[in-house]
Amino acid sequence: MNTIFYIAAALALISTGLAIAGKNAIHSLLFLILSLLSISVIFYILGAPFIAALEIIIYAGAVMVLFIFVIMMLNVGMERETEKRWLKPRMWVVPLILGTILLIDFIFMLKTMAHEETARQIILPKQVGVSLFTTYVLGVEIAGMLLLAGIVGAYHLGRQKKKVIHRFLKKEEIIEVPNLKK
Amino acid sequence: MIFILIIAGVLFIVLTIAAGLIYIERRLLGLWQDRYGPNRVGPFGLTQVVADMIKIFFKEDWVPPFSDRPVFVLAPAILISTILLTFAVVPFAPGFNVLDSNIAVLFFLGNSSLGVYSIVLGGWASNNKYSLLGAMRASAQMLTYEVFMGLSLMGVVMLADSFNLREIVEAQRHGWFIFPQFIGFVIFLIAGIAETHRLPFDIPEAEGELVAGYHSEYSGMKFGMFFVGEYMGVTLISALITLMFFGGWLGPAFLPPIVWFFLKTAVFICFFILLRASLPRPRYDQLMGVGWKILLPLALLNILVTGALLLYFK
Repeated sequence: MNTIFYIAAALALISTGLAIAGKNAIHSLLFLILSLLSISVIFYILGAPFIAALEIIIYAGAVMVLFIFVIMMLNVGMERETEKRWLKPRMWVVPLILGTILLIDFIFMLKTMAHEETARQIILPKQVGVSLFTTYVLGVEIAGMLLLAGIVGAYHLGRQKKKVIHRFLKKEEIIEVPNLKK
Repeated sequence: MIFILIIAGVLFIVLTIAAGLIYIERRLLGLWQDRYGPNRVGPFGLTQVVADMIKIFFKEDWVPPFSDRPVFVLAPAILISTILLTFAVVPFAPGFNVLDSNIAVLFFLGNSSLGVYSIVLGGWASNNKYSLLGAMRASAQMLTYEVFMGLSLMGVVMLADSFNLREIVEAQRHGWFIFPQFIGFVIFLIAGIAETHRLPFDIPEAEGELVAGYHSEYSGMKFGMFFVGEYMGVTLISALITLMFFGGWLGPAFLPPIVWFFLKTAVFICFFILLRASLPRPRYDQLMGVGWKILLPLALLNILVTGALLLYFK
């Protein structure tokens, strides 16, 4: 099990690094997908098959497809000159400091909590569902409200009146048809 | 040893069916459209498959110079590997499966959502406007239909109380799930056709408008992989319909379980071909509209009603 874990972890690290360093946007996204897949393998090894499956279905399967969709639409392929100008040393000093704090925190935690074998028990989908709808029901409800608000907002932004440009009225008169029956 | 034999058996069965479907589909289409179909090569035209395969292997395998080469080569491989991986959790008969997984249904859904990449990336990497249009359509269509493909199966999961395909089949000993889950079945069937982008929902390829859609630039065996991948997808969806709604390998004892499984699957494969022979293609916006406005609410309602009835009768 440990070997598989190390392989998956190494894959995740390498592919995330390549995703950040890559110049071609689509190739970077492909590496990010690979990283998500290897993280899902880690979840599976740690005994959370449900989370592993959801990681693939939602992150790798849906969110990343939307990313690729947007990149295809915007047609951003290779690196551009403007991006080079954006990446001044000034820009990455603050993230570097924040990252260092996080790293120190992480090393400290590893030092203090080392050699504690985490209990390896497999958590089945049913247990996840039960705890989501009993212990954490408030969190689920709040997340649901947030998503609903997001949907309503997206609908409001995307809503527009139906425009029909008629083939024979060449003056491009826009006739508003309130309720177009199919 | 027996494990390796099972893997080899599953691979052999799936690839044989997929290759055989090339012949069977053309022959059945011929029958239903009142013409002959391929009947020259060998008895009843049976060796047409071999002729097609030889032809496709010896065609020039051309990678266009303007394409994004690594992604272009990767795309058809993703399609084949995701579908073949899903067959790992399909139980053909009791004991005859590669992996007896507790999350088999989720595994299938995850793989089918990864399968979108092959088409999207293939279309994008071709660097061709028709391919890109096909890829756009494919990604929108498959994202939409994936959502309630998963939701339509949740009724079955609730009734069987498990994500495990073997347990789902065992739970159907006293009645197939097609009867309590008819709405779920219809939604899954429609979503399955859209996921495999078969006619009438082959809008990503739409020969009349987009040359050949996302695989316009593909030739030789790379095209062949898209082609065979489509048939493997059809086989997979038919097998899953059989497992989820029609009792899998269960049947009267005069035939062995595996024969029942293949008979039921064959019926659905023929149904897929019949759909192709008879239905016209809907418009793109109609497909999306029906998906979001009718099928998604229906799938949610199905879950709600199933859950409520289960709670009431427990």
